[in-house]
Amino acid sequence: MSTAGIEIGLERETPAGLETEEMTLNMGPQHPSTHGVLRFVVKADGEVMRRAIPDIGYLHRSIEKISEKVGYHGFMPYTDRVDYVSAMQCNQGWAMACEKLASIEVPRRGEYCRVIACELGRIASHLISVGTTGMDIGAFTPFTHALRERERINNLLEELCGARLTFNYMRIGGCAWDIPPGFVKRASEFVEQFEPLIDEYNELISFNKIYVERLANVAIVPAEMAIAWNLVGPNLRGSGVKYDVRKDVPYSVYPELEFDVPVGTGERGTLGDSYDRYMVRMNEMKESCRILRQALGGIPEGPVIAKVPRTFKPPPGEVYVRVEASRGDMGWFVVSDGTAFPARTHIRTGSFSAMAIIEELSKGLMIADLVAVIASLDIVAPEVDR
Amino acid sequence: MEAAEIHRRLRDKLGNAVEPTLQDGDWPACEVRAAAVAEACRFLRDDPDLRFDCLSNLSAVDRKAADQIEVHYHLFSYAHRHQVVVKASSPRLDPVLPTVSNVWPIANWLEREAFDLMGVTFVNHPDLRRILMPEDWVGHPLRKDFVEPEEYHGISTRRESLLKI
Amino acid sequence: MSLINTVPESVITTKVDEVLNWTRKSSVWYMLFGLACCAIEMMQTGGPRSDLDRFGAVPRATPRVSDLIIVSGTLTLKMALRTKVLYEQMPDPKYAISMGSCANCGGLFQLAYSVCDGVDKVIPVDVYVPGCPPRPEALTEGLLKLQDKIQQERWLVRASDEGSAAA
Repeated sequence: MSTAGIEIGLERETPAGLETEEMTLNMGPQHPSTHGVLRFVVKADGEVMRRAIPDIGYLHRSIEKISEKVGYHGFMPYTDRVDYVSAMQCNQGWAMACEKLASIEVPRRGEYCRVIACELGRIASHLISVGTTGMDIGAFTPFTHALRERERINNLLEELCGARLTFNYMRIGGCAWDIPPGFVKRASEFVEQFEPLIDEYNELISFNKIYVERLANVAIVPAEMAIAWNLVGPNLRGSGVKYDVRKDVPYSVYPELEFDVPVGTGERGTLGDSYDRYMVRMNEMKESCRILRQALGGIPEGPVIAKVPRTFKPPPGEVYVRVEASRGDMGWFVVSDGTAFPARTHIRTGSFSAMAIIEELSKGLMIADLVAVIASLDIVAPEVDR
Repeated sequence: MEAAEIHRRLRDKLGNAVEPTLQDGDWPACEVRAAAVAEACRFLRDDPDLRFDCLSNLSAVDRKAADQIEVHYHLFSYAHRHQVVVKASSPRLDPVLPTVSNVWPIANWLEREAFDLMGVTFVNHPDLRRILMPEDWVGHPLRKDFVEPEEYHGISTRRESLLKI
Repeated sequence: MSLINTVPESVITTKVDEVLNWTRKSSVWYMLFGLACCAIEMMQTGGPRSDLDRFGAVPRATPRVSDLIIVSGTLTLKMALRTKVLYEQMPDPKYAISMGSCANCGGLFQLAYSVCDGVDKVIPVDVYVPGCPPRPEALTEGLLKLQDKIQQERWLVRASDEGSAAA
């Protein structure tokens, strides 16, 4: 066949069979299903990926360096931006690291406010996660359902701290504001109405055949692999490892509250597949409802914040604090040199390791499954890049 | 296992490469000589009683006053649920440490991050290149003496006063 | 005999400019360009409560078919070069909304070494929406402002005007 003088061979037979070539595809950094600015260089053989190499740093906002310039109190708003989908736990991580450096005790009412805010944030974050999982594999409706409920949580959190997304609610030593009047009633109403909806979601999407087929037996992570790659949170629990910082390294008032740690069971495929990770998030929302019900019923009287000096100068030292954020065990490593500014802050996040494992997981998957894997690992770009 | 016992076993194995005093705390720290880091880490992972199967975090700290770059390895064992920090220092001018990316796969990216932002070279690392900053970036931004460039590919990094906007 | 009396009742007369602008402003397709925190608010703006579809704005996944780029979030230096490429790929006439303080001027991240202080250093911006992040209502207002701007554009130019503009 000849077109304009260029010979185009349609078939290239070699003694070994049909000759194929490795294809290099670029995906991102602006791509609708990469949950922000992530980039993959995909080496593919037809529809099958040989590997997908992640390229990160498109949202590296130098948050760690900024902490060295703005001081301990001033850094709190920046922690919101470390993981904007569930900012409350980041607030708590930073506050706990500073409290540990300076040995400050948080009043019990403050701890309850924190737990309520964090668990509402966890539900909101998981809603985004399960909603976008649906969107990424081709179902737009679950996303609008999830956002509808998320708007209600946004309203509740806005009552609490005046912001819908970047809360800046916690302070070193407690919380910025007390619970507003009527909040407990409205939050309880939300919990009562929301919990049955989880079953409705399950009926609508989780047990849908197409949904199961797209997620089950895709990107299986065995437990040893998950640990070696330092997967945390729902991704680790999806592989069957029962580890939750709230239970195993208890902090705040979590020891007083009753809840279970859902783990993957391989109910529709193999243990540690994408469906297990997805299901752990669904079940965690139920547990969060359980925690919220207890916490809302047992808020003690008293102040919400301890007395902390305006010029906060913790003694020299270093701490590594872990909190259970929505995307799992988030580590805050803070070095103090005795001045009002931290000498070094390092934030170890769940998405960073989840992103690192993709190169290993992608081998032999279909290209269309890559987005399902990203969604099931719940990767959020700012957490990877900070 | 108690931190003191972990420290004692590490010292039995590596001798004087491990500092004799254990830095106490929530995450007790063993200071190890830079050249022995990989060996120490491999021992901590492989010993059946220790089994540190997870590198929880790797942070590099710029200790400008001491003219050292300090690297902290936060190790955690899911098998035995104990934790320890391995610390190593290297001169600020040219910090060099052996890689642990063949011990824990996640160290690959964590070391790349430390190389990118702090300029620590990890010997034998399979793929040591920038991870967060662009490939053509100059300098290591988390160093205390980092100076921001005037412009990047024609985009000025200078800030006008907000009032002028 | 006037012109009005001769045409059937179902016909209305107007100016060509206005018709063109009316059709264009009623179908502003925006490119999904979520960069950071504001992207979540942009998602919620397109979500069920403050449905942007009401104003004819629907999300598109590629720059080739979009009329509007909503730069929502912090623009890092690494991303700034790509943003320029994406903007150049959009067909004319094209518009840009800068959403949130970071995209307007660097916002909270002016202290950062890796952040481009303002998207207007890279591409021209039509509407700035302040806030950190702006509420969905604010972004909707930004879109309406853009529609006002589109409505006032003039496409047909008199030969004499063109001569004076060139002079």
